[in-house]
Amino acid sequence: MTHTDTAPMAWGTNKVTVTFGNTTALREVTLDAIPGQVTAVVGGDGAGKTTLLRTLVGRIRPQSGQVSAPASTDCGFMPTGASGVWQELTVDENIDFVAAAHHLTGRELARRRAELLTAAGLEKATDRLAGALSGGMRQKLAFCLAILHQPRLLILDEPSTGVDPVSRVDLWRLISRAAAGGAAVVMSTTYLDEAERSSTCIVLNRGKALASGSPQTILTHVPGTVTTGTAPSGPPELSWRRGRQTRSWHAGPARPGEQPILADMEDTVIALALADQRQES
Amino acid sequence: MWAMILKEFLELRRDRRTMVMIIALPLVLLVVFGYAANFKVTDVPTYVVGPKAEQVAAQLRAPFDVQRIDPDDTEQDGKDALRSQDAGAVVVTTDAAGPSTVLIDGSNQFAGQSAAAAALATNGMLKPEVLYNPDLKTSWVMVPALVGMIMAFIGTIITAIGLVRERQAGTLEQLAVMPFKASDVIVGKIVPYFVLAAFDMILVTVLGCLLFGVPFTGNALVLALGAALFLFTVLGLGVLISSVSQNQGQAMQMALMTMLPQILLSGMIFPLSAMAAGVRWIGYLFPLTYFNMISNGVMLRDAPLPSLAIPLGVLAGMALLVFTAAVLRFRRDLAPAAPKAARTPATARSAR
Repeated sequence: MTHTDTAPMAWGTNKVTVTFGNTTALREVTLDAIPGQVTAVVGGDGAGKTTLLRTLVGRIRPQSGQVSAPASTDCGFMPTGASGVWQELTVDENIDFVAAAHHLTGRELARRRAELLTAAGLEKATDRLAGALSGGMRQKLAFCLAILHQPRLLILDEPSTGVDPVSRVDLWRLISRAAAGGAAVVMSTTYLDEAERSSTCIVLNRGKALASGSPQTILTHVPGTVTTGTAPSGPPELSWRRGRQTRSWHAGPARPGEQPILADMEDTVIALALADQRQES
Repeated sequence: MWAMILKEFLELRRDRRTMVMIIALPLVLLVVFGYAANFKVTDVPTYVVGPKAEQVAAQLRAPFDVQRIDPDDTEQDGKDALRSQDAGAVVVTTDAAGPSTVLIDGSNQFAGQSAAAAALATNGMLKPEVLYNPDLKTSWVMVPALVGMIMAFIGTIITAIGLVRERQAGTLEQLAVMPFKASDVIVGKIVPYFVLAAFDMILVTVLGCLLFGVPFTGNALVLALGAALFLFTVLGLGVLISSVSQNQGQAMQMALMTMLPQILLSGMIFPLSAMAAGVRWIGYLFPLTYFNMISNGVMLRDAPLPSLAIPLGVLAGMALLVFTAAVLRFRRDLAPAAPKAARTPATARSAR
C-alpha cells in the first residue's frame, strides 16, 4: 500500500457502548485496529460482533465512547453474507462501479482488477452476474470490492461464513495479503481456528468484551478449569461435546485428581462465556 | 391440516399490510364502485351568450346547468370559457331565426356526450357543435390520461421496487459506507427512473398522436412543466414507499394501493363531475387528478396557462412536500443509526 503517513496509525473503538431500546448491544468495548495486523472479533450469535464492526465503520453512532476510523475513502467494508455485492451486475461491472466511487481509473484500475481477480480465482468469471456466482465466489468478490481501493482500515463481517473449505483458504490468503500490504484488518468470525491465526483477538459475549489480546495471551488466561472425558464431569450445562470427547468446565483451580487440558480457542471462548454467565447470575 | 391452517393464520396476522389490504380493499372498491363509478354526467356547467341569451337560457333543461348568462358576450368569449373549462357547454344565440348553437367541450368526454345528446333532444332548439374532440373519441381523452398513469407507474412502482431491491440485498448499507455524499446516492438512484419515465411519457404522447390521431394543440413546455412536477411527486411517493418496505413484495403491494385509487378516482375513467361529492374530494387528493387536467388541457384544448394555474400550483406544492419528505427519509436511511434510548449524552468522536 502507498501511504503518505510516516508512522502507522491505529484505529479502533474506545469504551464504546451501543444501546438499542432496552438492549445493550455493546458495553464499553475497546478494540484496536493496528496496521499490518488482523484483529479477529469472535463470539456467538448476538454477541455484538456485527454491531461493533458497524460502529467502527460509522454506520452506528455509539451512545458513549470514542470511535476512531479513517475517512470513508480509506475504509473498506465487507458486510456479512456478501451483501456488499450488486447481484444484477457482472463481476466486472461490480468492480467498475466501486472503482468509480473511489475515482480509480486507467492503468491503476486495470492492475488492481487483474491482481485481485487472479488472487481470488475470479479471472474467468468476469462476465458472470454476481448473483449467478457460487456463495464462495460471491464472498471473494465482496472481499475484492472492499479491498479494491487499498483501504487503510479493512473491516470484514464474517467473510468466511458459509464458504466451502477451499474458498476459506483462498479468502484467508487474500486477508493475510491485505494485512501484509499494511492494512489494519478487523474481521468477525465464528470459526475459531481463524481467530487463532489473527494477531489480536477480542472475545465478545452479550455485548461485553470477555477477553482481548493475542490469541496466545487469551489461551493462557482461560478462566477456571477445563477437563475432558467421555462423559460430563459436572452439571450438563457446563459441558460441551468436542468430537467424541466431552469437555467440562468449573470455576476455580483444578480439583484433586483432575487433569486439566490445554484449551484451544474454541474451549477458551466457551469457558469465558460460562465464566461470564456464572458471574452475571 | 389444522396445524397448517393455524400456521397460515398466524403468518397472515403478522403480515399487517396484507391484513389491511384484505379488509380495506373490499371497502375501497365498494365505495368507489358504489359512489364514484358513474359515467352519466347530470350537470354540465353552461354559459349562454348572445342577444337572445336570457330567452334561450330560460328554456334550457338538465343536464345544462346555466351558470352564466351574458347577452354581450360573443361566440369567441364562449370558446375561451370552454378552453379554460370554466364551462362545459356554451349556448351561442343570435338574432337570426333558427336553432342556437351549443358549443360543447369534447375533451370532457362524458359531459360532452351528455350535453350533445341533450342538445339533439331539444327538437331543433339547439344545434350541437363539439369542440376539441369532435367525434367524442375515447382514445382522445384516454391518451393524455395514460401519459400520467404510465409516469405514475414508473415513478411509484418501479422506483419503489428498485430502491427496495438495494435495501433488501444489503447494498444500500454498502453505499452508505462508500465515499458518496448522501445527495449523490439519492440523485443517482432517482435520475434513471426520472429519465425512463420522461422517455415513456414522450413515447406514449408521440405514439398516441400518431396512432390515434390525438391532437397536440397546446404548448409542449407547459406539459413538460406539469410532467416534471408530477414526476417529482410520484418519484417521491416511490421513495417513501421503499423506505417503509422490507422487500419488493411489500413495496409492490403498497405502490399498487396508491395507484388503484388514483386510477379510479382521478377522473381518468369515471368523470369527477359525475361522482358523489363525498367521494369526489378524495380524487382531489391525488396528483394524477391534477396531471390529467394539465395533459388533457394542453393536448386537446390548448388551455391557456392561467386556467392551468391551479393544477400546476397544486402539483408544485405536492412535489415540494412529497419529494422533500422522500429525500429526508432517504438521508435518514443512509445516516448512521443513532442509539434509540440515549440516557447519557453521547461523547462519540470519529476521525471522519
